[in-house]
Amino acid sequence: MTAVKKMSSFDVNKVRADFPVLAQTVNGKPLVYLDNAASSQVSNLVIERGAKYLAEEHSNIHRGVHYLSQHATSAYEAAREKVKRFINAPSAKECIFVRGTTEGVNLVAYSYGRKFIGEGDEIILSQMEHHANIIPWQVLAEEKGAKIRVIPMNERGELIIDEYENLLNERTKIVAVSHVSNSLGTINPVKEMIATAHKFGVPVFVDGAQAVPHFPVDVQDLDADFYTFSGHKMFAPTGSGVLFGKKEFLNKMPPYQTGGGMIRTVSFEKTTYAPIPEKFEAGTPAIAAGIGLGAAVDYLNSIDFEAAAKYEHELVEYATERLSAIEGVKIIGTAREKASVLSFTIENVHPHDIGTILDQQGIAVRAGHHCAQPVMQFFDVPATARASFAFYNTHEEVDKLADAVQKVIEVFA
Amino acid sequence: MSELNDLYQEVILEHNKNPRNFREIETATRTADGNNPLCGDALRVYVEMDGETVKDVAFKGSGCAISKASASMMTQTVKGKTRAEAETIFDEFHKMVTGELDAETDENSLGKLKIFAGVLEFPARVKCASLSWHTLHAALNEEAEVSTE
Ligand SMILES: Cc1ncc(COP(=O)(O)O)c(C=O)c1O
Repeated sequence: MTAVKKMSSFDVNKVRADFPVLAQTVNGKPLVYLDNAASSQVSNLVIERGAKYLAEEHSNIHRGVHYLSQHATSAYEAAREKVKRFINAPSAKECIFVRGTTEGVNLVAYSYGRKFIGEGDEIILSQMEHHANIIPWQVLAEEKGAKIRVIPMNERGELIIDEYENLLNERTKIVAVSHVSNSLGTINPVKEMIATAHKFGVPVFVDGAQAVPHFPVDVQDLDADFYTFSGHKMFAPTGSGVLFGKKEFLNKMPPYQTGGGMIRTVSFEKTTYAPIPEKFEAGTPAIAAGIGLGAAVDYLNSIDFEAAAKYEHELVEYATERLSAIEGVKIIGTAREKASVLSFTIENVHPHDIGTILDQQGIAVRAGHHCAQPVMQFFDVPATARASFAFYNTHEEVDKLADAVQKVIEVFA
Repeated sequence: MSELNDLYQEVILEHNKNPRNFREIETATRTADGNNPLCGDALRVYVEMDGETVKDVAFKGSGCAISKASASMMTQTVKGKTRAEAETIFDEFHKMVTGELDAETDENSLGKLKIFAGVLEFPARVKCASLSWHTLHAALNEEAEVSTE
């Protein structure tokens, strides 16, 4: 089989030229980078913006009256504005810069959770959560005597929405759910789930780590109370990330970490805190990374992100078709609504062996439990191999993946 | 696929398919569990000692081809050896896969286990090859569990 003709007008080769990493060879073969769900690559725009900060603006933000500090501060705050527009938050003040999704979850579980969740209360999670959206809630529940309730999923890897509705009750204090599953690719109907939770007066926390890089997200349209994501999965450097929270929640939440930068006045008797977002941003942040995140948003705006998303969706469908056609390959996660992720197993071949053999062909995939052990338990597999796509991947790369999978099967025949 | 020949040699593929001593030992005098939490490899090694001699040794569990083949060949190698001999081979194997011992030039008693020297080129897979050996070592020293991270 050869590559099908591209359906959308999106020019993938033009976009690829913006990502220098992709031009490499690995083990003597052109790199085929299919580990975007772990970390995606950064464009020249982001690299150059980060380099400019380091070369011309590097200094501490918020505290300086001098030239460099003012420049760094305005670049950092401009990035926050860009993020705000990107996710359509009502205000940039509601966009807290965090280290990544993990910190976003911990912040809310720690601050909101410890203040508003008590003994006998219930926290609803889903069966397909990343460990990052399980453990902080589990620790909270243990400490407070609260209870974790889990929305089950079906064999396709879709949440069973009727069961979710049955779990909601007057003891429910928060629902924490991923927008897109990193191990299965399922897109969860979070807008409807949020509307249902709100009928019970329950706020919803959305882990958007795997959504934001793959399609436009509008937090007001979703009516999400909290929404968090990582920069390094959306074409920005590691160390950047965002927690969006509605101000009516953020304002009544206590600080998460304390220290410099988040105060109004301090004496040894009493400290009063700065308003949001600074209240949640103690200490010197990852300034270069934050500015890089702003540049990543600029980049996505420059390429017609909607067209990119559409192209990527077609690519994932093509990859699904190619791999499903190979005898012995099983796709794990066959939800009707999916994004980016293609998890699979090969009969009688351990995913780690798949990963090593593909790597020898220059193809980067991930093999393991993807920090989602409950998902592995549900499908009764120790691990899966996972190819995850971004808009800079091509149909030719999918063909290489399919050929290499065929070779794995030959080696182990 | 020539690059892979060093790792996925026929012998390894064959042991992966038909692992030897892949069973429980009801009369085991020692057992230990080995886990590689990163990849989910999990195996249990059973040892039946007769004085200082490894009278029988077997394993059960799940893992990749490298860890399974290594466990299979480990059981073949140490069966009938004394504890001290088994420990020496463990030590040599460990040194070989971490690059401290050159199985071709340094004196050793690794024999056909030398084929695992190829994992040196695959740093992510060294733990797969050595998991069963660490687990055997734990069993011989009456430790219940090992974990490679
Ligand atoms: C769905 C999901 N949630 C949370 C995380 C954790 O993100 P990070 O490691 O960037 O904090 C990831 C990434 O691995 C993820 O895919």
